[in-house]
Amino acid sequence: MAEVRLEHVTKRFDDDVVALDDLTLEVADGEFLILVGPSGCGKTTALRLVAGLEKATTGEITIGDRVVNDVTPRDRDIAMVFQNYALYPHMTVKKNLAFGLKERHTPKPEIERRVGEVSSILGLDELLRRRPAQLSGGQRQRVAMGRALVREPTAFLLDEPLSNLDAKLRVQMRAELKRIHQRLGITTIYVTHDQVEAMTLGDRIVVMSNGRVQQIGRPQDVYRRPANLFVAGFIGSPPMNLLRGRAGDGSVRAGELSFAAPPPTPAGDVAVGLRPEDLRPALDDMPSLEFEVEVVEPLGNEVVVHGAVAGAVVATGAEGEAEIPLSLDAARAPLTAIFAPDEEPVPGDRIRLGIAPERVHLFDLRTGEAIPT
Amino acid sequence: MSELPVIDVVTRPSETVAPETPAGRRSFLFSPWHLVLLPLAAVMVVPLVWMLVTSLQTLDETRHYPPSLVPSSLQFGNYTEVLQRAPFGRWFLNTVIVTVACVIGNLLFCSLAGYAFARIKFFGREVAFVLILATLMIPFQVIIIPTFLIVRSFHLIDTLGALILPNLAGAFGIFMLRQFFRTLPIELEEAARIDGASRLGILFKIVLPLSGPALATLAVITFMWTWNDFLWPLITIYSPDHMTLQLGLATFQGAHQTNTNLLMAANVMSMLPVLLLFFVAQRYFVRGIATTGIKG
Repeated sequence: MAEVRLEHVTKRFDDDVVALDDLTLEVADGEFLILVGPSGCGKTTALRLVAGLEKATTGEITIGDRVVNDVTPRDRDIAMVFQNYALYPHMTVKKNLAFGLKERHTPKPEIERRVGEVSSILGLDELLRRRPAQLSGGQRQRVAMGRALVREPTAFLLDEPLSNLDAKLRVQMRAELKRIHQRLGITTIYVTHDQVEAMTLGDRIVVMSNGRVQQIGRPQDVYRRPANLFVAGFIGSPPMNLLRGRAGDGSVRAGELSFAAPPPTPAGDVAVGLRPEDLRPALDDMPSLEFEVEVVEPLGNEVVVHGAVAGAVVATGAEGEAEIPLSLDAARAPLTAIFAPDEEPVPGDRIRLGIAPERVHLFDLRTGEAIPT
Repeated sequence: MSELPVIDVVTRPSETVAPETPAGRRSFLFSPWHLVLLPLAAVMVVPLVWMLVTSLQTLDETRHYPPSLVPSSLQFGNYTEVLQRAPFGRWFLNTVIVTVACVIGNLLFCSLAGYAFARIKFFGREVAFVLILATLMIPFQVIIIPTFLIVRSFHLIDTLGALILPNLAGAFGIFMLRQFFRTLPIELEEAARIDGASRLGILFKIVLPLSGPALATLAVITFMWTWNDFLWPLITIYSPDHMTLQLGLATFQGAHQTNTNLLMAANVMSMLPVLLLFFVAQRYFVRGIATTGIKG
């Protein structure tokens, strides 16, 4: 068991691409930390630096109380699960599990004991004699987990371990992962681009973009108080609605929406963030705006409604954003709201949506930073 | 989400075989290609048949003009005569020793070098690799004398060592294995590094076991080159005891008279291992030529 620290770590590749820019991060002993962000944000690079597969250009990486910058992966006492599992195709499951122990000259009875233990935790007993090609995706995933667990490492590194599983299996393995972590309490760094995995698994999550940390915090805190526009647009599904607005004279206006500005709000352009789940049919005293329903997606437990309101959206730079065409009408902004399952509007409906003022998120448009509300 | 293409590294050589014939158009049907292929096949086979026939003729018959393709009687005695008149067994053994040593040497050293070029970053890697590739374009005749001088400085002239040492590794093998190693998923090697394997451990425990087809191809091609090599043994070997088959066969051609029937009998015997190998490992020959486009 050990804590992992990265201090002012920068990674620049040969072609001068800066993958990580001055990353400082502390993973507590036994913590489950998630690195989440769009592809190319540097999260995998950070993980590979901790594993020792890449060398930091500058900065210091510590595992336990040892600076490991110049320590080989072999001697870092970490284990890693790869996105494509990287099981050795020519070895049986059992040999895959035992490989790391054999390479470390673990005595044979000890290898037998540990492989047996891990395979019973992960339910691999039946599969020990098979080869990776004879396993299903979920089974391969478990073997990859087992190969890491069997080493009893001080830290556990996972690189998008669930992204190759189908949706149902992913949910199962997610719970399984959490159970294993609760049981063994190994310091874990987990890389994902899936915010649901990030929210559900992590003790804390680190939202990254462009090689920089955007926010670190407990999942609920990051969700409730996104530190900047990027995090606001990235965490939450469907994502937060962000409308262009203006603050001044003690109030904020965005399209039709108008409410009292919280005290520290400086005058100027702001982004007004409205979580889809915070929007509801307006009560009298609520700030509200007229919403025209365009598409209705009933999900059983809730209804996701896409439509438009008067106003303009704010770009956050989140992945895939450029792919979505903005409303053709410049004066209209797309908006998503989540309704209770018993409300099922039809396209064309005009509904007045309201939001409690304390649920509104405000961001300074010049800096992108959140304005405390 | 689609299923992960799990590290299916071992491309099977049999996959390079001709595309399926559409149902209903099975063999036996005549294809216009046969008009081309049949004469070509005949051209290829005739020398072999002629060799076999000659090896069973009497000396007089072999000198008959026009040559007869049907022996009047089968002179199997030619074969025993060859074995008696020349140290054929000795030559055979020498050839086997040299060939086996060269095959093992190529597999080992080309793996090491190929892996270094494929995966290890070091100063001057690209330049060194290009230089090695460039040696493929230098004809052997150009480097005969320097090679001879080097081998002589090791006091290996007229020993089997002269045949083995310069052929323990080759640019072709390094190139071929490097190309193959680069197709293996790098994650396997990274996983092994984290699991604690050394560079050599990774090469021998992960990379080579997954490189069966490439290694087989290299082995087969090296075998054939070495077995059939004539020029280099001719230059470095004088004493009959150290001759290889190809060189020994040449001694059947005297300055004034050639016992063609005995020569051909010896030829047939020297060709058997290569023929046998070809039948067993045909797909690796095809693959070696098809994938690298050089030598064969």
